[in-house]
Amino acid sequence: MEFNDNLPIYIQIMNLIKSSIASGEIRGGDKLPSVRELSKKLKVNPNTIQRSYQELERENIVFTQRGMGTFVTEDQQMIKDLRSNMAKDVVHSFLMKMKKLGFDSNEIMDIVSEWIEKEEIK
Amino acid sequence: MDRKGGNKMKPIVEIKDLSKNYFNKKALDNINLSIQSGKVVGVLGPNGSGKTTLIKILAGLLRQSKGEVLIDGHEVGVYTKSIVSYLPDRNFLYNWMSIQDACDFYKDFYGDFDENRFKNLLDFMKLERTMKVTSLSKGMHEKLNLSLVLSRDAKLYVLDEPIAGVDPVARDQILDAIINNYNENSSMLITTHLVRDMENLFDDVVFLKDGSIVLEGNAEALREEKGKQIDDIYKEIFGE
Repeated sequence: MEFNDNLPIYIQIMNLIKSSIASGEIRGGDKLPSVRELSKKLKVNPNTIQRSYQELERENIVFTQRGMGTFVTEDQQMIKDLRSNMAKDVVHSFLMKMKKLGFDSNEIMDIVSEWIEKEEIK
Repeated sequence: MDRKGGNKMKPIVEIKDLSKNYFNKKALDNINLSIQSGKVVGVLGPNGSGKTTLIKILAGLLRQSKGEVLIDGHEVGVYTKSIVSYLPDRNFLYNWMSIQDACDFYKDFYGDFDENRFKNLLDFMKLERTMKVTSLSKGMHEKLNLSLVLSRDAKLYVLDEPIAGVDPVARDQILDAIINNYNENSSMLITTHLVRDMENLFDDVVFLKDGSIVLEGNAEALREEKGKQIDDIYKEIFGE
C-alpha cells in the first residue's frame, strides 16, 4: 500500500482501520491482525503499527486483551459515532472543494441528488 | 517505542565528533549520532554524501580520523565485529562458491550464524543451495547477501543500499525479509537513496549531505512537523 497523504504513517493506518470498521468490513469484537502481520502486509515498521494500535486504543475504538491480541470495540454506539464522524469529514471536504469551484448550496444539492439518482438506476 | 525490554536508555551506537578524511578530502565532518536498541534508522543522502564511509567505520573496515565510535559500549574492534552484521554495497563472495559454500563460509566466520534461519530465508527468497554465485542475477545476489547477513544473531545490522538496482519484486522480498527479521533486541542502520521505497521502515532518519548531518529525527515526527513524507523532505534538501 502506498502512503501518499502528507500525514504521519501511523495516522494513515489508523484511518485505514477506521474505514474498515465504518464499512463493516471489520465488525465489533473482531480481532485485528497482529502487529507483525500488518507490518508485513503494509511493509511498515512494526513500531509504527504498534503506535497506530495504541492510539486507536486511546480513542476506545479497539481494546487489547493480554496474550490474545487487539480487538474492535463491541460498543455499537462507539462504532456508530465513528461512522458519522467519518461521514462528516468526507462531506466537509467535499463541500469545501465544491465551494472552491464556485458552486452555491442549492447547486450542490441539485448535483448531489442528480448523481444519486443516476447511481441508483445503475 | 514503548515496548518491553529494559535497557532502552543505553544506546547501541554512540558516535561523537566523528570525522574521516581521505587525504585532504573530507568524507565525514563532525558527526554526532546515537542509535537506541530496537530502532531502525535510515541514513539518507545522495551518492558521495558519506553514507558508505560511515557504515564502513561501524563495520570496522575503516578507521576514523577523529572522534569516538562506541558500539554496545565498546570501541570498534574484535568484539564489535562479533555483534555487527554488515551488508556491503557490493558483492563480497568468491566466484568459485556455491550458495552452500557461502553458508559454510559464514558459519566458519561467525559464531552467531543461525543456519536454520538461513534455510528459511533461502526458501523465502526462492534460492537453491546448489546455485553457483557466478550464475546469480543482480537481484538474486542481493537476496543471497541479505539472507547471509540477516541470519546472524547480531545486535546491530548495518545494511548498505540493500535494494539498489533490484527489480520491484525482489525489492519487495528484500523489504519483507528485513521486516520479518526485525526484533526489538537489535537495531538496524540502513543507507539508501531510494527513500520512497524504504521510508516506512524507519523509526528515525538521518540526512547526510557532504559528510555532515543536516537533519535528523523521528520519521513520524518529521512527517508531522513538515506535513510531508520523508521522500519529499529528501527532495527538498537535496533538490537544488
